Amino acid sequence: MTETILIRGARIDGAASDLVIADGRIDEIGTGLSRAGARVVDADGFLALPGLVDLHTHLREPGYEASETILSGSRAAAAGGYTTVFAMPNTSPVADTAGVVEQELALGEAAGYVHVQPIGAVTVGQKGERLAELGAMASSRARVRVFSDDGFCVFDPLIMRRALEYVKAFDGVVAQHAQDPRLTEGAQMNEGTVSAELGLAGWPAVAEESIIARDVLLAEHVGSRLHVCHLSTAGSVDIIRWAKKRGVNVTAEVTPHHLLLTEDLVRGYDARFKVNPPLRRDEDVQAVREGLADGTIDIVATDHAPHPAEAKSCEWQAAANGMVGLESALRVVQQAVVDTGLLDWSDVARVMSAAPARIGRLDGAGTPLVAGAPASLTLYDPTPVRAFTREDLHGRSTNSPYVGRDLPGQVLWTFFRGTPTVERGIVREEARA
Amino acid sequence: MRHLLDTKTLSRHDALRILDVAEDMRDTQTREIKKLPTLRGKTVVNLFFEDSTRTRISFEAAAKRLSADVINFSAKGSSVSKGESLQDTAQTLQAMGADAVVIRHGASGAPQTLATSGWISAGVVNAGDGTHEHPTQALLDAFTIRKRRLGADSRGRDLTGVAVTIVGDILHSRVARSNVWLLSTLGADVTLVAPPTLVPQDVSAWPARIRYDLDDALAAGPDAVMMLRIQLERMNAAYFPTEREYSRRWGLDARRVASLPADSIVMHPGPMNRGLEISADAADSPRSTVLEQVANGVSVRMAALYLLLAGERDTTNAEEAAR
Repeated sequence: MTETILIRGARIDGAASDLVIADGRIDEIGTGLSRAGARVVDADGFLALPGLVDLHTHLREPGYEASETILSGSRAAAAGGYTTVFAMPNTSPVADTAGVVEQELALGEAAGYVHVQPIGAVTVGQKGERLAELGAMASSRARVRVFSDDGFCVFDPLIMRRALEYVKAFDGVVAQHAQDPRLTEGAQMNEGTVSAELGLAGWPAVAEESIIARDVLLAEHVGSRLHVCHLSTAGSVDIIRWAKKRGVNVTAEVTPHHLLLTEDLVRGYDARFKVNPPLRRDEDVQAVREGLADGTIDIVATDHAPHPAEAKSCEWQAAANGMVGLESALRVVQQAVVDTGLLDWSDVARVMSAAPARIGRLDGAGTPLVAGAPASLTLYDPTPVRAFTREDLHGRSTNSPYVGRDLPGQVLWTFFRGTPTVERGIVREEARA
Repeated sequence: MRHLLDTKTLSRHDALRILDVAEDMRDTQTREIKKLPTLRGKTVVNLFFEDSTRTRISFEAAAKRLSADVINFSAKGSSVSKGESLQDTAQTLQAMGADAVVIRHGASGAPQTLATSGWISAGVVNAGDGTHEHPTQALLDAFTIRKRRLGADSRGRDLTGVAVTIVGDILHSRVARSNVWLLSTLGADVTLVAPPTLVPQDVSAWPARIRYDLDDALAAGPDAVMMLRIQLERMNAAYFPTEREYSRRWGLDARRVASLPADSIVMHPGPMNRGLEISADAADSPRSTVLEQVANGVSVRMAALYLLLAGERDTTNAEEAAR
């Protein structure tokens, strides 16, 4: 039984509305609402968005708890306005069995800040050699529908074909990390004019695009659903656009950092900017923004990738790939595509909540703010602009590329199934009252 | 000068200043007593994460001739090989009171990371980082070209109108990168010659012309031809089919040397693969500046250390002392 809450004056689809939350659900939406005994939240001027859904998070537990735990990552997610995160399987042990995904689910439930939805590995140990027990993970209590070897590409075309076919049995989807491993041996940054200058081994766009091209053709051939993780190049956008026009059942995601940051940031050899796929050219940033605006790219997903300080406080080549992103995602999206006029807030709700839940086949997440829906939502003030700081981070790691950078907006409240996890911008110490 | 990390951001003014101070240093090296008291009491650490006897002893000679104390820290057989991080190594050197750190590292950008991390307050000299830059090599190359062309009139002059052709593995060469930036800053006309596999994928921003055919490039009559060392392991990564084919197409043999204008020079940063990128005739011909480059390297490194450590503080006195 959660408390009854009356939210006053939040903007929903442009209009000021009141919401009553009771028993974990949205009980009523309208204007001039009142409810006896309800706790009142003044949301005048704040946007009400459905709880954000991240299809691409690394929570590091089990195995790498020094970087993040399911609890700490859940808190980071809540701080960013998320109520659901899909956890990538590159843990230790790898989430390639029903046992591991059920454990992750249970740890997420115990943390209580968000719904933690495990993603299963496509292949045993993410080694790309033989299929993991996808069916067992699908029928486990974790109800896995998304399968990915993220961090590694399912490179063998026959394994990829079989995985695409096999997951049709339970309406699953293969989320591909598109990276030709041979073309990216030792790769350190985007291959181009900056890598030539800095003397860093290049990660060519074609290594991503050639895999995406192959995979959309495979998905078309076997009539399967394909999801492309963290697409990062203009060429990839073109290929997805072409595939969708052909009727291929493909969806694509872009990260906040690929919507905002470019390879020029690598010039200082500051490893906070080292990520895979790498930061690309300005032309690529423009292309992924346009792709998101015209629906070629379906969702924004964070690729939140915590690393301990020593993995970043070193020479570039020795540093780990990845950035934390849950706390900054909505603010970065505002700066990159809302303030630039490419998306409106209902588009943001679609690409950061409804569409990722639909791709992940997760009922009860990403639902619009209507009476009767689960009360998972976030109240966001888009007006302030201030520097992103370490105090904005709530996970165990601080490898954010945005620390010190001005970003608009602030998440003020997050409600997860009726319970506030963030109150007036502060993450609650315990998710449950 | 706080650090010497690259030639990409080195201004013409600063580059000429280093070269001119190197002239002064070179003059002192013809004296019977080569040692100057300039850096007495200063500690220079040679922090070498990669083997490089030549560069290390060149820096060591430079520091010692300026009377600095020199500590050689080789990563091999040290705590670094037991997994100590760059940060811990740097902080250790800081605690020991290093005034300058000369760093050679296999990772591009490591000197910049060292200089900007806040781990140390010492000045940092890049002695070669990965496939990024090797600024003192480019400075000694520029010094050598200038000296050969202008002799005693070198001071204050740049390389306007000088045509330099650099041949070999451009992709992996820090020497090539540093030379491209520095030589063009100094007004030289730079041509790069390599198999297409050994040129970075996009060099459109480089102030240099790219050619694949060595004979065509030599037909243009360059003033200096700089041959780069070819690493044999490149062959296994399919950059070129065989050693023999590389040598035939991109090696500087006697025939090609003979085709050069009379006053053209042949350069090599060493160590040379005789018979591969350079033939014995070419290496030992009077055109070859290989040993001058080595000698000039000490003068240029003296200048760099001097400008880093004696700095602008008492320039006049110190420069007087050097003279």
